[in-house]
Amino acid sequence: MTPSTSTKRSTYYEELRQKGYSRRDFMKFCTTIAAYLGLEATGVAQVSKALMTQSRVPVIWLHFQECTCCSESFIRSSHPIVADIVLDKISLDYTETLMAASGHQAEAAMEQTMKDYYGEYVLCVEGSVPVYDDGVYCCIGGKSAEQILEETAAGAKAIIGWGSCACNGCVQAASPNPTGATPIHKLVKGKQIIKVPGCPPIGEVMAGVLVHLITFGRIPELDRIGRPLAFYSKRVHDSCYRRPYYDAGLFVESFDDENAKKGYCLYKVGCRGPMTYNACGVTKWNGGVSFPIQSGHGCIGCSEENFWDNGPFYRRIANFPGFGIESNADKVGAVAAGVTAAGIAAHAIGTNLRKKKLIDNLIEEGKESEKELS
Amino acid sequence: MTKHNLRRVFVWELPVRVYHWINALCIVVLCVTGYIIARPPGLQSASEASFSYWFGINRFIHFVASYIFIFNFIFRLYWGFVGNQYADWKNFIPTTRKFFHEMWAVLKIDILLKKNSEHLSIGHNALAGFIYFLTFIAFAVQAITGFGLYASMSDWWLPNLFAWVPGIVGGDFVLREIHHATMWFFILFVIIHVYLVFYHDYVEGRGETSSIIGGWKFIEEETFQKELEEKKEMEEA
Ligand code: SF4
Ligand code: SF4
Repeated sequence: MTPSTSTKRSTYYEELRQKGYSRRDFMKFCTTIAAYLGLEATGVAQVSKALMTQSRVPVIWLHFQECTCCSESFIRSSHPIVADIVLDKISLDYTETLMAASGHQAEAAMEQTMKDYYGEYVLCVEGSVPVYDDGVYCCIGGKSAEQILEETAAGAKAIIGWGSCACNGCVQAASPNPTGATPIHKLVKGKQIIKVPGCPPIGEVMAGVLVHLITFGRIPELDRIGRPLAFYSKRVHDSCYRRPYYDAGLFVESFDDENAKKGYCLYKVGCRGPMTYNACGVTKWNGGVSFPIQSGHGCIGCSEENFWDNGPFYRRIANFPGFGIESNADKVGAVAAGVTAAGIAAHAIGTNLRKKKLIDNLIEEGKESEKELS
Repeated sequence: MTKHNLRRVFVWELPVRVYHWINALCIVVLCVTGYIIARPPGLQSASEASFSYWFGINRFIHFVASYIFIFNFIFRLYWGFVGNQYADWKNFIPTTRKFFHEMWAVLKIDILLKKNSEHLSIGHNALAGFIYFLTFIAFAVQAITGFGLYASMSDWWLPNLFAWVPGIVGGDFVLREIHHATMWFFILFVIIHVYLVFYHDYVEGRGETSSIIGGWKFIEEETFQKELEEKKEMEEA
């Protein structure tokens, strides 16, 4: 577990061969991951070369306020090498969930890595950081999550936020957010965070981001809020196989109707695919078996900011803020229109009463002229 | 009975009138298609999806109308600098004491139904002008949020200028809600606007309604002379 600093670190390829993978397995893996990354055919060579020549990058993987679903997703990514190569015992210098060491030993391992590989290691953060009450809601080895994050971030070559917890706070940051759960980009200053949101993120996406870091030695191209474009540039809606039903205006009205059986679009039962940027429609889950929409359930927008507070999951229109639970913009609008109509009616009556003289005058003048001409 | 001696004033130039009607048409189309996008009707069909594309067409109409709406709006902004005195941008933004004074006067006459004691502007009255200013802001909000939502579906640089918008409000979800709620401002505006036009026509009989077709309004000779005097005084001062 503890990295030996005296000997040269072996390359990813060497480690894999030791673990019993054939060169053929290795090349298959490179091809798969290059495809996920959206690289051209020549990208396969780049990936394999990097994994063959570069010594493994030290990784510190922290767990704060989270449920470990990101780790679970990661070790279940379709290709076994993914877990073996980047996670397992090869690359991880510190992660509470999977490392063998514990207690002081584990903390020592982390400190060692931070010292020996200052400016070289990749910091992966799973979970949000509670900031209320001096961070007492999440302490590890006598330190608050905030402290640990600050210390480890200082010497990190790259920082990855795994999952919605680290990227936007997820459920523990949902209103009223009792622990002050905060996404890491609000705490780490001056460093670009690679956000890989999702609850959890797709394992292949996580592997892809790490392999990109290793292969090219720099962070992947990111969108405006820091998500890798290779996986988060499209909405789920844009790659959804139910999209033809959407364009044809054929919608599921309730989960047990005929339309649901026919596999129509889930838009009206609250699907958030049209507002959610993720790779679910293409990469899918569990090794490409399925994804929520394919299983008949709308997207709940798990990779989008604030997705717990953005209104009910099973309705198309969100609640209108400040008008109670059962209100939405349309109900408020319709009431406002009704009130306006009533106001207009009252105003019209008022006008005829109070401006009677003026109006009568106009009418009389008009009639008079007509008479004169007849 | 007072007899009205009316004088014809050319108020709305052709470009202003054309702008108005394109704008009106666009708003109606955008509200209807937009509402359908938000709440599509429940349909059942025996045929497969590949035979139908009506929802896609509905969205297409929405996008086309929004482009027309926006360019038309930009044209109107331009016309606010080169058009006649009634089209000028100063009619919309309260900058002078007189503007505020007249806003209050309109409130008294139109809403509290007080007696009409002073003459109001010939073009937009101050309150109307200010409300149009608010609608311009609503236009801008719809354009920005709309393009923000549209950017990810487009390759063109224009919508992509607004690709930053979802990021600052917290994602497409919130953006869509803002875009949808703002639609109601337009609906309420249209109701009140149409009513008030009829109201003014009814109470004043100066051709308020037809002015946006022909461009003319009619004002009392006295009022005309008063305006003329004021203008002269202003020039001398
Ligand atoms: S099911 Fe959801 S993601 Fe798929 S087309 Fe319908 S709205 Fe879009
Ligand atoms: S379909 Fe939507 S809610 Fe489901 S995993 Fe993908 S992004 Fe998350």
